[in-house]
Amino acid sequence: MIEIKDIHKSFGENEVLKGISGKFEEGITNLIIGGSGSGKTTLLKCMIGLHQPEQGTVYYDGREFTQLNFEQRIEIRKEIGMLFQGSALFDSMTVEENIMFPLNMFTDQTRSEKLDRVNFCLERVNLEGKNKLFPAELSGGMKKRVGIARAIAMNPKYLFCDEPNSGLDPKTSIVIDELIKEITEEYNTTTIVVTHDMNSVMGIGDYIMFLHEGKKFWEGSNKEIAKTDIEELNDFVFASRFMKAAKGKM
Amino acid sequence: MNFTNFGKYILLLKAAFRRPEKTKIYLKAIFQQMDFIGIGSLGLISIISTFIGAVMTLQIAFQLVSDLIPKTIIGSVNRDSSILELSPTISAIVLAGKIGSAISSEIGTMRVTEQIDALEIMGINAPGYLILPKILAGITMVPVLVIIAMVLSLSGGYLGGTLSGAVTAAEYMQGITTDFNPYTLTVMLVKAFVFGFIITSVPAYEGFYVKGGAVEVAQASTRAVVVSCISILACDYIVTQLLL
Repeated sequence: MIEIKDIHKSFGENEVLKGISGKFEEGITNLIIGGSGSGKTTLLKCMIGLHQPEQGTVYYDGREFTQLNFEQRIEIRKEIGMLFQGSALFDSMTVEENIMFPLNMFTDQTRSEKLDRVNFCLERVNLEGKNKLFPAELSGGMKKRVGIARAIAMNPKYLFCDEPNSGLDPKTSIVIDELIKEITEEYNTTTIVVTHDMNSVMGIGDYIMFLHEGKKFWEGSNKEIAKTDIEELNDFVFASRFMKAAKGKM
Repeated sequence: MNFTNFGKYILLLKAAFRRPEKTKIYLKAIFQQMDFIGIGSLGLISIISTFIGAVMTLQIAFQLVSDLIPKTIIGSVNRDSSILELSPTISAIVLAGKIGSAISSEIGTMRVTEQIDALEIMGINAPGYLILPKILAGITMVPVLVIIAMVLSLSGGYLGGTLSGAVTAAEYMQGITTDFNPYTLTVMLVKAFVFGFIITSVPAYEGFYVKGGAVEVAQASTRAVVVSCISILACDYIVTQLLL
C-alpha cells in the first residue's frame, strides 16, 4: 500500500499540488485522473521521487520515502516498476537488453537465468521472440508492452504507469489496460495509473482519484463515478456527447 | 557558465563519482567509451596533426629568413610548439567539437525521452552510469591521442619541410633533438588530462539538465562545444602559467 499525506508542490509561483492525501491499496488498479494541468503527473513524480514536494510525505507500506536521500531510496526503488508515457526504452539496447538491464544491475543471476526471466516477461506481454529487435523497430503498442515487461522484470511490489494509453488506438489501449490489471491481480502489486483515458477509467478503475486544479476533488470506483453529481467531475468524464448519452442510459 | 551552473556542475560530478552499482557493467561502459573517444577520433586527429606539423614547418621557415639563424631552429620551434601547445590544445578543441557534441546530444536525448528518469526509478545512479565512464575514458584516451598527435605533428613537419625543400632531413632531425627538455612532455600530458576531463564532463552537464525537446537538445549541444572550448583555453593558460 502507498499512502500520501498533504503533498504540496510548486513550480515558481505556480502551485501545482495543493495538499493531496490518499491511500492506494495493493491488488487493485488505482487511477489518478484529471484534466491537463491538474497535477496528476506531478503527483506521480512526487510519489516516485522525481520531484521533491515542498510539503507532505509518501509512505511505501509504512516506510517514509520523501525524506530519504538517494542511497536510502535505492532499496524502495528496487521494488518499483514504472511504465513511462513514451515508454522510455533505452534506444541503443535491444528489447532483451532493455528487460535484462535491471537484472544485470541488481542481481547476481547467471546469464541463462536472466534470459529465462526476460523470456518469461516477454511471454507475459505477448511479445515472444522479439528479443533482438531495437525500440525503433517496434510499434507504439509494442513499446508500451516492452515497457511493462521491463517494469515487471524485478517482480515489483509497486507499479506506476504514466499515461499508458497515450498515442495508442482504442483496441491496443484496451489490451494495455487489461495487461496492467492482470499483472496487478496476479502479483498483488500496488498499481497506480495516471490517465485521462475514459475507457481506462470505466474499464479498470477499481479506485479513482480525481484531481482538479491541484486538489483531490473526488475519490471512488468506476461504478460510483457514473452516479456522481459533481459538476467538475462530470464535465471531465462525460465531456463528449457520446459519453453524456451513455451516462443517460446508465 | 555562471555560479549557479558551476554549483550544479560540481554537484553533478559529485553524484557521478558515487560508488558504482556494479563494477563489471561500468567497466564495459568505460571500454565502450574508450573505443568511441580513442579509436573513433584517431583518424581525425591524425589528419589534423600531420597537416598542422607540415604547415608549421613551412611557416617557421618562411619567417626565419636570416642567414644568421641556423635552420635547425625550424625543428626546435616546431617541436616545442607541437608539444606544448598545438598537439594538446588543437586536439582538445577538435575533440570538443566531435566528442562533446555527441555526449551532450546523447545524454540530452535520454533526458527528454525520459530514459534518465527510467534509470533513476530503477534505483540506478544516472550521473554515475552515464557520465563517469565518459570522464574516465576521456582522461585516459585524450592523453593517448595527444601523444599520437605530437608524433604525427613532428612527422608532418619532417615531411612538409623536406618535400618543400624548406629544411633538410638532417637539419630537421637535429633541430627536434637538440636541447630537448623532457619536462615539456609532462606539461603536455597534464594539459591533455585536464582537457580530457573538460571535453567529457562539460557536455555531459549540458546534456543532463536539458529541458524541452529536439531544439533544446541541439542548443545544449552547441553550448557544450562553446563552453568546452572556452574552458579549454582558460585552463590552457592556467596550466601553462602554473607549470612553466
